[in-house]
Amino acid sequence: MQEKTFIRMSGLGGQGVVTAAHILGVAAVRSGLLSTVNPFFGAEKRLAPAESYVRISTHPIRERGEVLFPDIILILHPHVITLGKCYTMPFFEGLQPQGKIIINAPEPLPLGERDLAQLAGLAAQLYYIPATQVAMEVAGTNLSTNIAMLGALLGVVNLVKPGALEEALTERFGGAKFIASGTTAALDDVLKGKFAKVAQLIEKNVAVAEQAKSCVQQYAL
Amino acid sequence: MIKTEKQRVVTPEYLFFEAPRTRSYITGSEAANEAVRRGNVDIAIAYPITPQSETMQQVGELYAEGYLRDYYRAEDEVGAFAAMSGASRTGVRCLTASSGPGLMRGLETVASWPGHRLPLVFLIMCRVINAPLSIQPDNLELGYMLLTGNVVLHAENQQDFFDYTLAGFVISEKCEVTLPVAVAVDGFFVTHARGWVEMPSADLKLPARECYSEAVPMIDNENPPIRIARDAPIQKSNFISYQMHAAWQQEIQAALERSRQWITRYLGGLIEVVNPGAETMLIASGSAVSQSREAVRQAEEAGKEVGLIKIKSLRPFPGEELRQACAHAKRIIVPEFNCIGWLNREVRSTLYGWVDAEIADGPRVCGGITMPTEMILEWVFEGKPL
Repeated sequence: MQEKTFIRMSGLGGQGVVTAAHILGVAAVRSGLLSTVNPFFGAEKRLAPAESYVRISTHPIRERGEVLFPDIILILHPHVITLGKCYTMPFFEGLQPQGKIIINAPEPLPLGERDLAQLAGLAAQLYYIPATQVAMEVAGTNLSTNIAMLGALLGVVNLVKPGALEEALTERFGGAKFIASGTTAALDDVLKGKFAKVAQLIEKNVAVAEQAKSCVQQYAL
Repeated sequence: MIKTEKQRVVTPEYLFFEAPRTRSYITGSEAANEAVRRGNVDIAIAYPITPQSETMQQVGELYAEGYLRDYYRAEDEVGAFAAMSGASRTGVRCLTASSGPGLMRGLETVASWPGHRLPLVFLIMCRVINAPLSIQPDNLELGYMLLTGNVVLHAENQQDFFDYTLAGFVISEKCEVTLPVAVAVDGFFVTHARGWVEMPSADLKLPARECYSEAVPMIDNENPPIRIARDAPIQKSNFISYQMHAAWQQEIQAALERSRQWITRYLGGLIEVVNPGAETMLIASGSAVSQSREAVRQAEEAGKEVGLIKIKSLRPFPGEELRQACAHAKRIIVPEFNCIGWLNREVRSTLYGWVDAEIADGPRVCGGITMPTEMILEWVFEGKPL
């Protein structure tokens, strides 16, 4: 892996954009790498734009805040692009040359010609994954969409050690209560309510990630 | 048995410098919470506002676990900060937190704390205060805090937030200080971001507040400061009343000066200097320090040595330290996360007449976005960009 990987995740409130970043950051740390995680959102409101940033590196990470020049962009919902529910316009603003974009959509989105030309100019790699569909089929809930996106990410780039994602999921949902806000706590309870036991929640989400790895497809630019 | 009774009391020196530390990968909010857990805090007073709510919710859990003796949910910031005045005056160790607009709402009370000589710790998780509404980390509010007489420390990262908060309790309660200590961080970029924090065991805690060794008596209606609050000089309106008021105000400033020795002891100085010999010096506080550290590294890769002065304490301000550290400088750049440039003003008024360096009027970001290191490098290599 390259020395530094900076990731921007854009999605909608309630999709677990921030949670996915925390889980990826913990997985990176458990893989012996350095990582910092930062969320960015407005009012804690369902379907409002929400972003998170994960920096992973083999060397100390000094800078903080938003990742303005990402190597990888995850788009957790088509509305990020089609309705502009995003803190950056266009959605790939700041993407580095040879950068990667992974979009959750059942089929390729009708991106504008100018966008496609700019992405081609950056030698970007564009991937699609029906993440919500995978989450529904494997875990029986769309609340696992974020984990499907992490699976797709790990299918495209080998960022963390095998088993690290499971360890991070266990840390987040299996151990002590993670207190972020009332809204996060309520969503955690809803998620846990979807599964008979926490062990099953973790097992199913690991299966979601595995399935997603094999479902991600590159789109020729 | 409540958990705080199972913790072992150790000296601040042992807790800060000697006790073995282990690393945890946690958010800034969690780091502050862990400081409170080890802080032997009597009461936390909470009123929600993003981004500080997360910390105070966690502190509520600490109360449920038995680490705090009381937890009071106030009706608004005016109520929360007034309750802090009351709590501190009874001689107990107390904590509150706020952000941006909440701080502004309660600022009248915050500005009255030093005059009432109230030791307490006030966590500030910076947030945009001006319209349009935003919850992102613009630190304009600290410009107001500088004028209040509070000790104001500005933490750079999660580790600082843990260390400064714990040290804040001790500095605040020193007899020659007896002032509120505000510990500020930039919201989200620190509070909601994960990083490594090294902490001593949770089985240890600070000694309890010793209110009878502080500068003013607790709950004593016949002596200052309550006597002069109850029987205010303005009601007398003669020359003695003005003299008394002036002396009291000067004493607050003197107490701020006397806090330097304790900030130096517990935080290792009011500033930290990287590459002290460089002709171009960056001066920053809070998250802007982190961005500057990366800019310094990138400049070094490009073959240019750039220096950095991290300001840990905004009040008292490290004037003498800055004059010495900048004596040789040719160019000074002050990256800030607010549109007014309050740190730039501080730096200019401190260095005026003391250094020959050009002091650049920026760079600044505002509205709560981060400052790309590329922006700092533009100012380093190209002068002020158009």
